[in-house]
Amino acid sequence: MNFDVMIEALPDLIDGLWLTLGLVALALLVGFVIALPTALARLSPLVPLRVVAGAYVFFFRGTPLLVQIFLIYYGLSQFEGVRDSILWPVLREPFWCTLIALALNTGAYTAEVFRGGILSVPHNQIEAARAVGMSAVTAFRRIIWPQTIRQALPAYGNEMILMVKASSLASTVTLMDITGVARTLASETYMPIEIYTMAAMIYLALTFSMSQVIHLLECKMDVTRARA
Amino acid sequence: MFDLEGFGHLLFQGTLMTIQLALVSLVFGLVFGLLGATMKLSRFRLLRVLAGIYTALIRGIPELMVILFIYYGGVILLNQFAGWLGYDSYIDISAFAAGVVALSLTFGAYATEIFRAAIRAVPNNQLEAARAIGMSPATTFRRILLPQIWRFALPGLGNTFLIILKETALVSVIGLEELMRKTDMAVGYTKEPFTFFLFAALIYLAMTAVVMLVQQGLEKRANRGVAGRVVS
Repeated sequence: MNFDVMIEALPDLIDGLWLTLGLVALALLVGFVIALPTALARLSPLVPLRVVAGAYVFFFRGTPLLVQIFLIYYGLSQFEGVRDSILWPVLREPFWCTLIALALNTGAYTAEVFRGGILSVPHNQIEAARAVGMSAVTAFRRIIWPQTIRQALPAYGNEMILMVKASSLASTVTLMDITGVARTLASETYMPIEIYTMAAMIYLALTFSMSQVIHLLECKMDVTRARA
Repeated sequence: MFDLEGFGHLLFQGTLMTIQLALVSLVFGLVFGLLGATMKLSRFRLLRVLAGIYTALIRGIPELMVILFIYYGGVILLNQFAGWLGYDSYIDISAFAAGVVALSLTFGAYATEIFRAAIRAVPNNQLEAARAIGMSPATTFRRILLPQIWRFALPGLGNTFLIILKETALVSVIGLEELMRKTDMAVGYTKEPFTFFLFAALIYLAMTAVVMLVQQGLEKRANRGVAGRVVS
């Protein structure tokens, strides 16, 4: 082990950390926004909504993320309409393509997490809410959603950590996230063990601190424990 | 719908390689999982700690990083070790071998938790009862413990296998000619990335669907004779 190489690599890897954090934060945000309507559509009585949402979830959960990134980054350029459109400056950039793929991917997984959470709310509570005159929206906001999020938090926290790990695929489309920086440094220095160990330690620190925060949130939201 | 311009056989070869990689990783992964679970439930603190480090590392590090580490770092470590044993010609690791090691370690880490929970889920009094009517520990394991572990662990193992199946795509990064890599080659000739990557995606979807069907069939079989709700 050459510790000097490891120390020297640290500033560059930290630069990569910011890109990783940015990608993950934005993807989770957009994914969350996609997930809620998707989960509701999956539970909707309207068949077309259910089918479209179901197909979206099945596609993004059933194919590798790498295919999804390549499909958006390389694939879309096949169409002249895309290359001529005003969106091309965005869809040409590996950053935006990776972000779109990550967001759509986590959106599909999160939708399933939310769906499970919504289904866990006992039906008689919803009937009771309607019986006392709450509108469907109010019932969702006051009765269903708080219980959904509490129920879904462990699984959602897991998904957040999986997103950190998934963001390493950004390096396959030339982005300089932690993995991207590590791959470049490893081939420059011919010291893959030192460089990858350092990068892995940064990932571990990141995922570990995230899981601690999630655990704290879980304890805070756990009504039964707070009461006891 | 798809004009593969004669590259269909390329994708077919890639698919076969992907399936091979996934299945071999599954076999080794199950071994790692059982080993990990046994260590985690062991009386010896050292074994428990080692298994804990193993699962924490794998869960906290991106799979791509694990693959890169094993492929590029593993060669160096292996040659140093071989040199230390007095073997001085250069040893190379194939991308397939590195992929199998990385994916089976990943599968094993998840399977460790699944098996541990499954072993715990078998009521202790059943083991006592088996002992009381004179079964040997080996017979108890085979007749009482194993069928139930299998039943409890199946849903989790199926889901983990689906994860591994999709992660085989990452091994294309170190050059293994599986489905993604072959698709990439076809794209290089045809300049039709969307058509080919979408076709590859559909092949992955088909494989996912088949695994889900097999999983359902196995679960049904494992749950035969069990009344009430399926334990998940």
